[in-house]
Parts: sequence; structure tokens; C-alpha cells
Amino acid sequence: MKKAPMNGAIEERFLDCEGRPFAGANGKKNHRPASFGMTGLLNVSAAVLVIAACFASSGQAQVTPQRLRDSAKEPQNWLMYSGDYAGRRFSALDQINKANAHALVPKWVYQTMASGKFETTPLVVDGVLYGTGQDDRAYALDARTGRPIWQYQRALPSDIRPCCGRVNRGLAILGGKVFLGTLDSHVIALDAKTGNVVWDATAFDYRKGYSITLAPLAIKNLVLIGVSGGEYGIRGFIDAYDANSGERKWRFYTVPGPGEPGHETWEGDSWKVGGSPAWITGTYEPATNTTFWTTGNPSPSNRGEGRAGDNLYSNSLLALDADTGKLKWYFQYTKHDEHDYDATQVPVMVDQGEKRLIVQANRNGFFYVVDRATGKLISANTYAKVTWSDSKDARGAPVARKDASPTPDGNRVCPGAAGATNWMSPTYDPQTSLFYVTAREQCDIFSTAPQPYEEGHAYYGSAYFPNDDAAPFWGALRAIDPATGKTKWEWKHPSPTWSGVLSTAGGLVFTGDAEGNFIALDAATGKALWHFQCGASVYSSPMAFAIDGKEYVAVAAGSALLTFGLP
Amino acid sequence: MGWNLLWCCGRLLLWSAAALTLRAQEKNPFAEDAKAAKLGEYEFRANCAFCHGLGARGGGRGPDLTRARKKHGSSDADLYRTINEGVPGTAMPANGATQQGVGMTAEEIWQVITYIRSVEKKAPAQPVGDAGHGKELFNGAGACANCHMIEGKGGRLGPDLTSTGSSRAIEYIADSVRNPNQRLAQGISEAMKEFSQEYETVKVVDAKGEKLTGVVLNEDNFSLQMMDTKEQIHLFQKDKLRSFEKTRESLMPAYDQKMLSDKDLQDIVAFLLSLGAPSGGAQ
Repeated sequence: MKKAPMNGAIEERFLDCEGRPFAGANGKKNHRPASFGMTGLLNVSAAVLVIAACFASSGQAQVTPQRLRDSAKEPQNWLMYSGDYAGRRFSALDQINKANAHALVPKWVYQTMASGKFETTPLVVDGVLYGTGQDDRAYALDARTGRPIWQYQRALPSDIRPCCGRVNRGLAILGGKVFLGTLDSHVIALDAKTGNVVWDATAFDYRKGYSITLAPLAIKNLVLIGVSGGEYGIRGFIDAYDANSGERKWRFYTVPGPGEPGHETWEGDSWKVGGSPAWITGTYEPATNTTFWTTGNPSPSNRGEGRAGDNLYSNSLLALDADTGKLKWYFQYTKHDEHDYDATQVPVMVDQGEKRLIVQANRNGFFYVVDRATGKLISANTYAKVTWSDSKDARGAPVARKDASPTPDGNRVCPGAAGATNWMSPTYDPQTSLFYVTAREQCDIFSTAPQPYEEGHAYYGSAYFPNDDAAPFWGALRAIDPATGKTKWEWKHPSPTWSGVLSTAGGLVFTGDAEGNFIALDAATGKALWHFQCGASVYSSPMAFAIDGKEYVAVAAGSALLTFGLP
Repeated sequence: MGWNLLWCCGRLLLWSAAALTLRAQEKNPFAEDAKAAKLGEYEFRANCAFCHGLGARGGGRGPDLTRARKKHGSSDADLYRTINEGVPGTAMPANGATQQGVGMTAEEIWQVITYIRSVEKKAPAQPVGDAGHGKELFNGAGACANCHMIEGKGGRLGPDLTSTGSSRAIEYIADSVRNPNQRLAQGISEAMKEFSQEYETVKVVDAKGEKLTGVVLNEDNFSLQMMDTKEQIHLFQKDKLRSFEKTRESLMPAYDQKMLSDKDLQDIVAFLLSLGAPSGGAQ
């Protein structure tokens, strides 16, 4: 093993093979304040090496609930889908920075050998990378080389009902297990050392239109998931499973049943097939034990007739007690939606002085700032072209125009059905205090038609399609100041992209485009510093990790998981 | 667990399933059933209208399906195969692989076919024109062949028109001649990209000061691949260009009445419609 000098600055962030705090190569504890600087990173290399060696010989460190809460203390690891519980997708690593990003080179590539969109954000824990792939693949790789330690693929039934591709966005990790939500609507735990199935829980009968594509969220001893199926008239829910046994501990239905508050916002029996799926990973505030989840469209997405009312809790932000799933408060972004304006974007926690906020660039084209203690709306400003709303209610929330509803022959409305953004993750950079989001400038022609509900069948209430003139049709990475809602700078994409965004302490933001480029931009100015042609459109949100004292940035594109680093 | 093994088993299952369904699916069990056509319309809206437009009248990306003659075969079995298996090398995906809608059951595919039959124009949409004269114009005085290829002959600057007659409405073709800026044709389609590059016009001045005009073949934020009017293909890094201008004004001239009479236009449309007779739908 290579011996690197240890200054002891941050070794207490590490745990040894048994999960005990790792004392560092010199065996001494040191309580100097942590530094996330380059010096700090280089000096942790010996600790990372020790841990990687442990993994090879005797199994790896356990990921405890405490480590998940303290993820900021181990920036070399990426412990959950959004990098931290606040949903910031910010890496405190700064070895790759503004000064040297131009020199980035590919380090290794892992191929899933599968077709379809590759949407994963991998996890990295102590030198091992855990990812997912199309058709419910999962794998553990040596994070230095991309060589597989194990590979898993679920034997999926032939009649699953995914909405938009046989995709999966990633895993959660807790203890010695990784957790996968599957397209046939199961939640499974895999042994992190072997990929063997430890337990397999059925969330719902997939034949009724339920599927799972999101990365689960581990909190305490629970594994939280939400379901997809807003295209099938499901009744959405968020579940929590015991991480050890797979036993379901609670379920929160996103469409209230008879007798529950909010039930009155659905006409007749429409609540039974009201959709409102929760298909993007939530966030968590340990101090208040609150987990924040977002929901998608009411079903059928393009037809409001037959489901008169606000249709709670579709297109909403939900604050749930993490132990019980009990609703603390909700905020509905789009009432009685007819344009598929899912709110399924990661709800990101931002603090401004004393103010504890949740910000979201919503698919409906507005950037919302909400008080995360109460759910009260603070501001809503457009960040992309919007025609569905031209007024606000007393709270300051946008209100839909009457003439924006879909019509039998089609009605042109902006944003289009794919939204002003979508599931791809935004990032909040605490260094610049800016929120970076992928914006899509596209309008669609929304049509509507009556459609009978049939269990397990697509239930859209018609269709949308692009303008014949195809304009506008472009995209941008926008840097939004949450304090004002104003865009500080933008990086234009020739066509709308499905790539998420990562920010790093190196003063960089990383994103991908539909033309196949993976790009590093100056976080302060939006100037492109580097790009690499991946050979396929990027349909994923990037992340960063370090091993052996070297920082890597990773992104999925095509069927390849690509990593980049300095030469 | 071996992925290869899974893959193998999956393929075997697929083959046997395909063999079974093919045998069963030569004829439409719902032919002329109005109720099935209605159900098919729902499926069409959800799964097909994104490219083929409402009413199956065609969109920017998908052919007009109200034409009785279909490019990839017009029989019930042809349509079923086209929907179920897609058309390799085109934007038409296999059933269930659209990434947008969802897979249809065999029953639902037949309902969609019933719907398509119900909106097909019963009167054969044969143009009143002289295809022979249209061919002469296309290759001669009309100068169409300078930029458009048909069955391997002609220019490359504009889209190949071999199959346009079998996939577009007559009005669409006529309008594209009179007003080419109305909608630009789709060019290169990348496998993972939702929308293909269009035939946009580009004018550049390169580092040496040379001016070039042509069409965009492929473009991203950093580079441009273009074909100039002499059909030379160039690759430029955008930051090395002195100037770069892209427009949605087609390089094709708008053929007004003076350049091309209504009668001559009809003849050219008749020529295009006479092309690309379906090969029977073989691979």
C-alpha cells in the first residue's frame, strides 16, 4: 500500500471495516476543523486506500443512519441519490476545479450492454460504486477501475407497465444492503457484498399499472420509495419498509380515501384512479424528522372532465413524518392539472439566514420557494416560457387560465408535456448560493378525448404532440438566485436535454446535453471550461466521488457509465 | 447470475412468442367494427399521435396514415407487423419500445388498425397529373434533382424524396414545393435523441475568411458538421469560425407560379406518388 502523509485533518470522517471511526494511518485522532479543500482531499488518500483494502479482504464498512445524516463529513463518498439529505447534489470535492477542469480525461467506462435510457446516479461507498441500469440491473464496481464485483438483473415479467422506458435511477444503501425499486413494483434488498437478494417485498400488483423507477431513500432503519403509474390510473403512494426485514412500516396514499381530508377534491369515484404517483426520490430534514416528497399528475393526465376539484395531493410537495408517514403539511403546485405538470422534481432544502426553505423549479415553468416548516408559499416566478397561467391567487400561487385546457383538436400551451424541466436533478451550490436547473423551452399541442378506465391500461385521456413549426425547441442550464427567483446566467442547449446537474466545491457545475456532450461550466459565470462527447444523449444526473486521493466525476450516457478525472 | 443466460432465455421466449403471434395475426378480427375503431382511436392518441398526428393525418415525424397505400405494406398483416416490430432504421419503434407510451396488447394493435382503416381516404388519392412529365421536370427544367435524390440518383443537399410520395399527403408535398420554409425536413436521426436534426440553412466564414453556405448535418454547442452547396462536408469548431449564422429559411427556392405552374406542380407530385411502391413489406 502506498503511504501518503496524513495530517489527520479529516480522518475522523472515516470508518474502519467494522464501521468504527477510522483513526487514520498514524493511529492518532486529531480534532482540527475539517477542510474540504484540495489539501484535505489529498491527505485522505491513505484512509481511503485502507478502507478499499478492507473491502477486498473482509467486507466493507457499514453505512449507518448516522453516516447518512453526516454525509457532508465524507465528501469522497456519494451515499444517496442526491448526494445528501437536503437534495443539493453538491460535492465538497475541489481537486477538479476551475483552474484544471480543461484537462479532464476519461478514466474508465462501464457498459451495461443494455438499450434504452440509462438514468442512474451511482452511489460510492469507501471505494465501491453501486449503480443500476436498464431493465432493473444493479452492480457493484471497483470505483478505481470500473471492474465489476457483482452484477444483478431482476427477472422481470414480460407484461410490466413502465411509463417511459425500462429505466431505473439508482439505489439506496444502509447497513450491508443496497435497495432497489423494480419495474414490477417490488422493493428488494441486495447484499452489498454479493448482490444476492436478501429480501423481496411486493409494493403493489404491477399488472394494475404500478412500477418503481426511483432510487429509494434510507432514513434511520427505513427504506422509503414512491411509485410510478400516473399514466395508468393508479392510486399513488409513498411506502416505508424495514431495512432489515422488508416489512412495510407505513404507507401514505397520495390520493385521500373516503373520510380523509382532501377526499372532497375528487369528483365521484375519480379518486380511485387518481394517479398522483411519487416517482422521484424525496429529501429529509433530520432536525424535524420530516421527509419531503413530491407527486405527479392526476389521472387521466390530459382530461380534467370527470375529476372536478383540486385533485389533492397530485402535483404537490408533501411533508411527512419519517417514522409514521403522517402528513404534516402539503403545498399543491398545480391544481386540477391537465398538462402533465408533475411536481416530481427533487425538493431541495436551502437555508437563507434563519429561513428554512424548500425550493423547486417545477415542471409547470415556475420556480417556487416554500417555507419548509409550514408549507407556506414565499414566492413563485417563471424561469421558462409559460402560457398556462397569467395570474396569481391571494397566496401568490399561479392560477391556470381557463382557455389553457386541452381541446379535442388540440390547444398550444407552454411548457409542453415534458415540462419546463422534468425528473433530472437540479443542484444547489452553497458556495455561489445559486440553484442550477435544466430548463426545457418547448410548447406542445394538448388534445383531449374521453377515455374509459381499464385496469392496467394506459389512461391518458388523449395525447399531446409537438408543434408543427417546432419552435421554440431548445434548452438551457439556468443559474437561479433563490432569493430573487431571477436567472443570473444561462448556458444554452441546442435542443432540450434530459441531463441533471452537479455542482462541486471546485467552482464547477457539470451537465450533459442531448447532443451527447458532458460539460463542465464555471459555476459563477456559466462559461464552458471543458466538454467530452459521450456518443449518446445524457439522460442522467451526474455525481462525484474520490478514491486514492483522486476525484472523479461520473455520468451515465447511452449504455455507458463514464468517469472522468485529471490525467 | 449470468446476464448472457438471461439474455438467451429471453430471446428464445421472444422467438417462440413471435412465431405464435405471427400465425394468429394475418387478419384483423375487428375489421369494420366501429366500437373497436373507437377504442383504437384512444390507443392511437396515446401511442401514435405524437408522431402521426391527430386523426392520423401525419406530423413532422410520422407519415400520413390516411393514405390507403402504406410505405411498409398495406395489408392487415403488414400493418400489424409494422406496429408490433417497428421499422428498423427509421424513427418507428417496436411496440412497447417508444419510451413514451406503453406497449399494446395484440387486441389493442388490431383496434388501432381498425381505427386507421376507418380514417383512410376511401377514394384513391391519385393525383390528376402526368407522372412522366413530372419526372422530366424533376430531372430537367425544375432542377429538383440538383439537390434531391430519387432511387440513388440526384443531389444530396436536400432530403431524399424516394419515399416521400408514399408517406406524405398530396397537400403536404405541394405546400413544401411552394413554401419550403413552412417546415424543414428531418435529417440525421441519432439513436438516443428524441428529435433528429433538421435541414437548417447555415452560413459560415471560416478561420481563413472563406464563406460557405449549406445545410446543417449535425451540430452541437461546440462543433458544426455541414454540407456546402457543392456537397462538400465540413467540420468546424465553432469557436474557430469568424462568423456563424443559422436560419430556418430553406436553401430551396420557393417555387411560385412563375417558376412552376399548378399543372407542372401536379405532374411532379404525380411523379413522386408513383415512386416507392411497397415491396410487400419484407425486411
